Amino acid sequence: MRSHHRDDADEATTESSESRPAVVELTDVSFGYTSTPVVEDISVSIDAGEYVAVVGPNGSGKSTLMQLLLGLLEPDSGTAELFGVDATAFDDGARVGYVAQRAGTSREMPITVREVVQMGRFPHVGFGRLSAADWRIVDRAIDTVGMSSFADRRITQLSGGQRQRAFIARALAGEADLLVLDEPTVGVDTESVDAFYGLLESLHAEGITVLLIEHDLQAVIEHAERVICLNREIYFDGPSAEFTDSAALARAFGTGAQSLTGGNR
Amino acid sequence: MTLAFAAGGVYEAFLPILEVWYWLLALLYQLTGLDLINPEYTFMYRAILVGLCVGVIAPLIGTFLVHRQLALIGDALAHTAFAGVAVGLFLNAVLELSVSPYLTAVVVAVIAALLIELISEATDAYNDVSMAIVLSTGFALGTVLISLNAGGLAVGINQYLFGNLSTVSAENAVIMLGLFSVIVGTVALTRNQLLYVTFDETAAAVAGIPVVWYNRIMVMLTALVVVGAMQIMGVILVAAMLVVPVAGATQVSRSFSESLLVSIVLAELAVLLGIGISYYAGATAGGVIVLVAVGIYVLSVFAGKVRQTGAPDETRELDTISQD
Repeated sequence: MRSHHRDDADEATTESSESRPAVVELTDVSFGYTSTPVVEDISVSIDAGEYVAVVGPNGSGKSTLMQLLLGLLEPDSGTAELFGVDATAFDDGARVGYVAQRAGTSREMPITVREVVQMGRFPHVGFGRLSAADWRIVDRAIDTVGMSSFADRRITQLSGGQRQRAFIARALAGEADLLVLDEPTVGVDTESVDAFYGLLESLHAEGITVLLIEHDLQAVIEHAERVICLNREIYFDGPSAEFTDSAALARAFGTGAQSLTGGNR
Repeated sequence: MTLAFAAGGVYEAFLPILEVWYWLLALLYQLTGLDLINPEYTFMYRAILVGLCVGVIAPLIGTFLVHRQLALIGDALAHTAFAGVAVGLFLNAVLELSVSPYLTAVVVAVIAALLIELISEATDAYNDVSMAIVLSTGFALGTVLISLNAGGLAVGINQYLFGNLSTVSAENAVIMLGLFSVIVGTVALTRNQLLYVTFDETAAAVAGIPVVWYNRIMVMLTALVVVGAMQIMGVILVAAMLVVPVAGATQVSRSFSESLLVSIVLAELAVLLGIGISYYAGATAGGVIVLVAVGIYVLSVFAGKVRQTGAPDETRELDTISQD
């Protein structure tokens, strides 16, 4: 299904990072909804195939950072690039898969898992209809996340974990190179959370770049390769193994960091 | 003037469809002897045609509105369409023009729709207050213009407020066919984008869909539906057709495509039963249609409950994750 991804991943490991643009490149980015900046002087570069988690306390600017790098917000200063293109002008929607926190759960919209996952093909087909090949990709994506027997279920009848799997399948159906997840496990039961991280890991192993905004520090340390700790500015950016021992955790979160839960932005 | 000229062209283009429709219903009358479609009352032929069109376009657009929790936008636009009717009547009286009030209603409602959308873009939310202001301004403007018109006598105002089967002229039927083509054509073309934006606006934006433009298209289509449906539903009840059949379909449908289809079937049922009942009982069609639609909605709620209890329970079991 995603043969070109594997090629990309192979190239990414063999070529030097200078020869191809980073997936995400933020340079001196500052942004505020009012005169007070929510994020300030952020510089981050994420290369193809990385598994990165952004952590930070409530109101630390995590979701704002995500919106900036996806081009949904324009920086007040600095530059944000996605696949080497200015993020706000980036229009190759198929390359980015986005999974929101509790996406679509507030509505009683009658829509099946298959109908949600087909949306991943929309950037490819434009105004056209999905071809038989597109539907095969959709069904394959549903199968990959282990939801085949739920394909014709209404999404509102599913548990939180199942629903998030459907959204990941949507990103897979789009053959996304970059998967951006905004606190995807909020409201998801523990068992499903474990399965969910297992799925992310197998996708990462295939070469997909994973960017996870997460409040659950334990999960981040266990699963992500690289951690960016944010609280308006970057307190830590490095391998997750080093994060727990760093002073950044306590500085960014204050004391009692381990018990932090919930919230975004 | 250009408007009237363009309308003339459209009228000519759609007239043959109307002729075929007359012929079909006359044939049906010969087969069934149903008094409702007696060829002596061709106004009923036109009313049924307009009703059937409403039964398609209202739930079609309503499905997208309801699932974005924008059900009330139809009400706001209906009241501004009323202002548009008043503008048409006023211009005809003062400048001695002969523009159809439905055409001026289209123009004013589309402008109001864009205004609502622009306000929501500026304030980053569809807010009740701005919607209420647009709604009352539209209605106030309409009542003032109509009171100034014709020496203060609001001639024929009831047909716009409550709708009227007998006043559906050939011209109005043709306007409806034009609106129907534009609405169905636009939704057929942009179905993918409208669905994505309706379901998950942020993900749609990330997927490269210009969300702002599709929101504008959606409110403009709503304005067109409202004006089209106003002829038989009236300003006050027109929004019901956008919402009630969709609410009913939501109860019994498993998928989005199914809910689109079911909402249209429910709306057509309400329209045909409503027109039939109102014809024989001598009651106002708009009101009867809405009452029938609400009755169908109540039945759908029960049907939905029955279906739910028969459905398999939610399970948390997952298939194994394939390693691709």
